[in-house]
Amino acid sequence: MLNQLRPAIVLTLSLTIVTGLLYPLAMTGIGQTLFATQANSSQIKRGDTIVGSSLIGQNFTSDIYFWPRPSATSPDPYNAAASSGSNLGPTSAALVERVKTSVESFKSAGVTTAIPADAVTSSASGIDPDISVDYAMLQVARVAQARGLDPEAVSQQVKANTRQAVLGIFGEVGVNVLALNLALDDLKK
Amino acid sequence: MTLVGWLQISLTLLAVLLAIKPLGLYMSHVFAGERTLLSPVLNPVERAFYAVAGIDKSREQNWISYAFGVLLFSTAGFLVLYGILRLQDILPLNPQGFAGVAPDLAFNTAVSFITNTNWQSYGGETTMSHFSQMAGLTVQNFLSAATGMAIAVALSRAFVRSNMTTLGNFWVDMTRATLYVLLPLAVIVALLFIALGMPQTLDGSFTATTLEGAKQIISTGPVASQEAIKQLGTNGGGFFNVNAAHPFENPNAFSNYLGVFSMLVVSSAMVYAFGQIAGHRRQAWALLSAMAILLIIGIGAVYWAETSGNPILTQLGVDSLQGNMEGKEIRFGQAGTALYAAVTTGLSNGGVNAMHASLTPLGGLIPMFLIQLGEVLPGGVGSGLYGMVIFAILTVFVAGLMVGRTPEFLGKKIESREMKFAMLAVLVLPLAILGFTAISAILPVGLAGLLNKGPHGLSEILYAYSSAAGNNGSAFAGLTANSIWYNTTLGIAMLLGRFAYIVPVLAIAGSLVGKQKVPASAGTFPTDGPLFVGLLIGIIIILGGLQYFPALALGPIVEHFLMLSGQTF
Repeated sequence: MLNQLRPAIVLTLSLTIVTGLLYPLAMTGIGQTLFATQANSSQIKRGDTIVGSSLIGQNFTSDIYFWPRPSATSPDPYNAAASSGSNLGPTSAALVERVKTSVESFKSAGVTTAIPADAVTSSASGIDPDISVDYAMLQVARVAQARGLDPEAVSQQVKANTRQAVLGIFGEVGVNVLALNLALDDLKK
Repeated sequence: MTLVGWLQISLTLLAVLLAIKPLGLYMSHVFAGERTLLSPVLNPVERAFYAVAGIDKSREQNWISYAFGVLLFSTAGFLVLYGILRLQDILPLNPQGFAGVAPDLAFNTAVSFITNTNWQSYGGETTMSHFSQMAGLTVQNFLSAATGMAIAVALSRAFVRSNMTTLGNFWVDMTRATLYVLLPLAVIVALLFIALGMPQTLDGSFTATTLEGAKQIISTGPVASQEAIKQLGTNGGGFFNVNAAHPFENPNAFSNYLGVFSMLVVSSAMVYAFGQIAGHRRQAWALLSAMAILLIIGIGAVYWAETSGNPILTQLGVDSLQGNMEGKEIRFGQAGTALYAAVTTGLSNGGVNAMHASLTPLGGLIPMFLIQLGEVLPGGVGSGLYGMVIFAILTVFVAGLMVGRTPEFLGKKIESREMKFAMLAVLVLPLAILGFTAISAILPVGLAGLLNKGPHGLSEILYAYSSAAGNNGSAFAGLTANSIWYNTTLGIAMLLGRFAYIVPVLAIAGSLVGKQKVPASAGTFPTDGPLFVGLLIGIIIILGGLQYFPALALGPIVEHFLMLSGQTF
């Protein structure tokens, strides 16, 4: 039986080198060469400044920007160094209380229709980059007013930044909030 | 539920179906030691490994020696991983300067990865250095999967050999599974993942200046290489805390399809390889049909429950159109989320693209139930197959009792020795799951970890031990499991679920390989037809259902009715 000690040790170490070092480092090398943008976290730059990643949501609270979904990360929302969902179950009083507060703030802002679910529920990651088209449209009037723009022009931007399903089948329709807000900022210039 | 949603689900499953035969055939050639396409490159590497390790690849092992090899290799893997985690502060590639991992968490994590569970008591981006992720966790993603495949291959051989004692050589089977099957697939999938947007860098994080002028620190790293083997090896341990719900770990709908495809493809092909090795391909398709029927029902049930939404929130004025969106990401949609949730638990993957804790009661019941069925739909790479063969043995036994004949499976008589070991294997799961859940539900240290109150709290505990003993790894993550109590007991549950299952399986293989293969006669119960598939499904559901129904009734089922009546906790 002890004659199996040698293969146990040798194979653990040699396969560690192959699968734990050579494999990920080779993937890093090839990835950095062939797909540099993606491999480097899909960063978005304005001039020399990194303003975010096209995949990662960021927090917006100003009226001139579209707002993202609620986020459960701590200590601050949209903490991209510690992803987290709320993990609250469907019968959680804390969840119901939070959603109620959000719904009421929409209502007091003059929304009379039913609120899109993504506008009042926190995402799984806490850094969901997208919102639904309904939620975006709900914000058009506010953003247009804050920016002194025609609401039609703002909703044009929402449409232009809506990601459609490929061939109408693959993927979900959604609006990348950072991309939309960048487009609005670029409009101004 | 929408037609487009079902179309996405169907096409993903269809892609898996098309890949089963070619990959399964390739794998059967690999395990037979035959020359394959990759032999010119990999054969020298393989031979060099054997030379240094002192392995004579023509020397086969009996079941005890094979099992001892498995245990020894898993122990070595545990020690190396535990050491790396504890010492990560002085090891290289630690750009974020994380401290060494605490002893109980390192124990839990090391056990978790050598048992192919990949339960995360930690948040990846706040705990693990790149070295730990690569040379520690990624390695066990390969090796624990390869170990499971080796055991499945050993069991397959027992059905084709007569009057023998040996089942193959564990070291050769495991090495070939790693080098010829998992590694090449991982390279392809990792590169596709990068192309689809997944980061693959040695940087630890970068700081963005948001449009509103705030600083946002964004964690990143060598994500794609880990994600690829996480899926292919049905491991499920994520690079990030929220696993494949993180946009870097699952950037879009296409990475989601590829993730689900990669989870399913090796396990399913393993069943085909079993049929090929055991000389009975129709048997493989019969097992695959049973798996597919249950899995598709599971997907449909989650999809239905989640699109039905949460009536308590609808009452508050939330539009029910999107369904239940708490703990979900926009880019996957309800179809992509339901598909992932059912597949990750029908398999022993355990990665998540939504927070299972926030699923509706019935939407959360299904993943938990799929784990409790024993992770055979189609289960972990290797482990799913041998789990299914155990169920098949139980099925022919029950069928044999009904008609009063000695049960046979693939020409091997199933007698009391095999039945005893099969029962040992299937009883380990309820013992670990229900036993530990019951204890945790009364101890203050157990209750201290709960986030949700009411029946959902019980579900958190029940899910945790189901996930650990079933070697799944997903969670109702409201439970704060990073405590000495949970780290230790979940670790024990994982060890029981893995090794107290593997040893009886190999014992059955050892017993079967010594028997004469009897030719099928007119009185043989055919195990490749619809009648057998139906019986097999029945056995799986009865074993899972009867054992866990009382506990599930107190958790998700009662919560469902309370939700309908608007009760909160």
